[in-house]
Amino acid sequence: MFKYFPHTKADIESMLKTLNISSIDELFKDVPESVIFNSDYDVPSFMSESELRNHFAELSKKNQELTLFSGLGIYDHYQPAVIDAVTSRQEFMTSYTPYQPEISQGTLQYIFEYQSMIQTLTGLEVSNASMYDGTTATAEACFMACAVAKRNKILISSTLNPNTVNVIKTYLKYKELEWDFIAEKDGVVDIEDLKNKLDKDVAGVVVQKPNFYGIIEDYEGFADLIKANKSLFIVNADISTLGVLKSPKEDGADIACGECQSLGMPVAFGGPSLGYLATEKTYVRKMPGRICGYTHDLEGRRAFVLTLQAREQHIRRSKANSNICSNQSLMALFATIYLSLMGKNGLREVNNLSYQGAHYLYEKLLKTKKFTDPFKKPFLKEFTLETNIPKEAIQTALLEKGIFGGIGLDVFGEQYEGLINFSVTEKRTKAEIDNLVNILEGLS
Amino acid sequence: MINYNKMIFELSNSERIGYSLPREKFSEFHINQLSDNLLRKKELLLPEVSELDVLRHFTNISIKNFGVENGFYPLGSCTMKYNPKINEEMAANKAFSNLHPLQPTSTTQGALEVYYNLQTYLSELSGLHEFSINPYAGAHGELVGLMVIKAYHEDRGDFKRKKIIIPDSAHGTNPASTVVCGMDVVEIESNELGRVDLKKLKAVLNDEIAGMMLTNPNTLGIFENDICEITKLIHEAGGLMYYDGANLNALLGKVRPGDMGFDVMHINLHKTFSTPHGGGGPGSGPVGVTETLAKYLPNPRIKKLDDYYFVENSSTALGQISSYFGNYLVALRAYTYIRTLGKENLKLVGPYATLNANYISKALRTAYELPIKGYCMHEVVFNGLINKDNDVRTLDIAKRLLDFGMHAPTVYFPLLFPQAIMIEPTETESKETIDDFINVMHKIAIEAKEDPDKLKQAPTKTPIRRTDEVFAAKMMIFSYKDYLEYINNRG
Ligand SMILES: Cc1ncc(COP(=O)(O)O)c(C=O)c1O
Repeated sequence: MFKYFPHTKADIESMLKTLNISSIDELFKDVPESVIFNSDYDVPSFMSESELRNHFAELSKKNQELTLFSGLGIYDHYQPAVIDAVTSRQEFMTSYTPYQPEISQGTLQYIFEYQSMIQTLTGLEVSNASMYDGTTATAEACFMACAVAKRNKILISSTLNPNTVNVIKTYLKYKELEWDFIAEKDGVVDIEDLKNKLDKDVAGVVVQKPNFYGIIEDYEGFADLIKANKSLFIVNADISTLGVLKSPKEDGADIACGECQSLGMPVAFGGPSLGYLATEKTYVRKMPGRICGYTHDLEGRRAFVLTLQAREQHIRRSKANSNICSNQSLMALFATIYLSLMGKNGLREVNNLSYQGAHYLYEKLLKTKKFTDPFKKPFLKEFTLETNIPKEAIQTALLEKGIFGGIGLDVFGEQYEGLINFSVTEKRTKAEIDNLVNILEGLS
Repeated sequence: MINYNKMIFELSNSERIGYSLPREKFSEFHINQLSDNLLRKKELLLPEVSELDVLRHFTNISIKNFGVENGFYPLGSCTMKYNPKINEEMAANKAFSNLHPLQPTSTTQGALEVYYNLQTYLSELSGLHEFSINPYAGAHGELVGLMVIKAYHEDRGDFKRKKIIIPDSAHGTNPASTVVCGMDVVEIESNELGRVDLKKLKAVLNDEIAGMMLTNPNTLGIFENDICEITKLIHEAGGLMYYDGANLNALLGKVRPGDMGFDVMHINLHKTFSTPHGGGGPGSGPVGVTETLAKYLPNPRIKKLDDYYFVENSSTALGQISSYFGNYLVALRAYTYIRTLGKENLKLVGPYATLNANYISKALRTAYELPIKGYCMHEVVFNGLINKDNDVRTLDIAKRLLDFGMHAPTVYFPLLFPQAIMIEPTETESKETIDDFINVMHKIAIEAKEDPDKLKQAPTKTPIRRTDEVFAAKMMIFSYKDYLEYINNRG
């Protein structure tokens, strides 16, 4: 016997008898003999629970937990204990997509609440139930823009995180759509270059704030230009920063999208995290993913259901705009609980504390004279500096003290040579920051 | 409190807080130092509640949900097997969940080892050469797998091949993924046995065919017994075979997709490998390919050299499709599952799942219409009741099951039968549970004859009853803000 298989010998015999057969193998008679797998799998033998725990204890030793001054899309923010307590409830964790609303109100209601929170943070009218991550959400936003504008070109700001750019490029390339880059000027997207490149093929323009360098871009004038060209304006923003920054709606965006990992999710080696996508109701029929709507049941009780499903793959099949089916529902619950706990004041405080720490570190690093700021632009929780110290020296010196930070941006491409990133969340203490500065001060 | 009906926003009381943040350390700086034109003007509509408010709220809404630990969950095509607790314990390990994806590989060897070994286990279990675990879900895996197929043809300078053959029984994601990948769907009708019709297949083969997507067993739970012929035909026509691994559970221990001639596939770790569905994700959709196609797998790749694991970005790859390594902690759960079962127990998954499904098939066919006779694999599809007199439909049967404390099967899919009801018990269900289900299904069949109204009214014992979907689609209330406007307008 094995703990996950309840089949006793007697059960099996009685079931086989009902089926009038003598062995389970007979059920596989449709499988051609030539493809039956008769050998043993070349995978390890089973493990008891305590063996597994020991095994993971060994594996854990090969990982190093570090004090994180690293960001670039994945941030080390505080995760309230309540989140794990709630998300590990089996009612949320083990249920399927809420196809049967009568027994799925828990999931449907938090999706509605999640959508409400994304709505207020982005300022746009409608959020979907979730996307896989910030990069794929942005790629899907590009598809959406092409479907709405009935055009086939996307303009991508050069100040987007290269991970997002790469994913957009892959998606567009295979869908046989086009793209071009809007140049950057002094670390921000260049509006003059945008003017030059807006033509009648452009379906959408994608920008990011805070951008890859951590700079908070200002999109004054963008929406007017883009709308005049009948294109859609897509703003990618780390959702947590929208607690204080101008909302995409206030920027004049038609679609907002990006990463939600900063809302109470662990860094988790990059996943699972959560992507969001929001737009105005005019475009909702071209929106990817599930959408939850408010309604009532037969007896007039408040109820939530998945709605406008005629957009989705299971109904529209080859005519659907997106193929997304399973998304990141449980991570949307992380975000919903986090935002419920934080409220508008908590979110503001998180941003302010991160801002304070980042600016303290920034000033200290400049004072060492070993770092310079090539951009001198406003930033929030992360920033980019230039240095002559080899990035390997920085990394090694920090790792020795259990710190990860000062990421050389050239891991994303050689055009970033000499630039390094620091990110500070509310979790970083003064002692940790001072220690970081001390270590770096000693390098040359 | 099953009657609990508040939204979190309705508990709000300004000044209440549910967080505790570190105290200010650097008061010389403040976010207000940012220039005004960068800051938000519009007030946020977020709740202001205490920690206990939050816990009670989510606990109270959670109990309106039905999870695998509540009862039988025979949702066809979804493989709602037990989600082991040890998987969760391992995934909660901070030595993994606190790793930043950009950390140097010297500090993440344990995490990379799990990812790498899972790649090799999946290869072994599926008979394909190499896997990438980056895709986030089944549909994402399909898209990436189709990208591999397209990249392969284009690499050979063959730009004509843009058609993917898909049976009409296929899941909606198959045709949707094809179009998202910039290719066209050639749909072929299934034969009267619910299988690929070889004649019809031959008729659509030409030099524009990039490949074929197939689920085997197909969505009717039937094994495509002509599979060797099918893969041969496609290969001879110059196409590649894609395996939709949503139904892999049936085959564990019995058949490997690679051995059937498939070139590309995805696996839903959230089905066959026991990771929880989370109310609709996060899942994980690893993609496996043959040796020839391995160079196209998406970046970043995880490789091993002399016991050292490293991250590689290759110029031959199809590109990047995720920010980093996909839903890493989901993969870690699947790894735990494979190590828990080991080669001995993995072999039993398909046989036990298949035994359970056939037992149900046999027991229910006296009351429910079984359109395809013969043995099924891990799931069985009925076409509603045999006796269709009282206009009792599949929807009514599904809703009535909820009253008996069981989750409904998948309904109205596949599209081949108008009253399709798709039952997948999985191997983790006992004979007692299945017998209970069979009894309830027979009881429902009798009710359909004697008291059809009871079914039309069902469910009555659930937290809410049937919902007004037309209202939802018409009113488009998608947020609390919409809701407040709706209430105000209603007066
Ligand atoms: C047959 C089949 N193919 C593909 C999928 C898509 O998988 P996912 O929901 O993980 O994207 C599913 C599951 O919904 C399925 O049942």
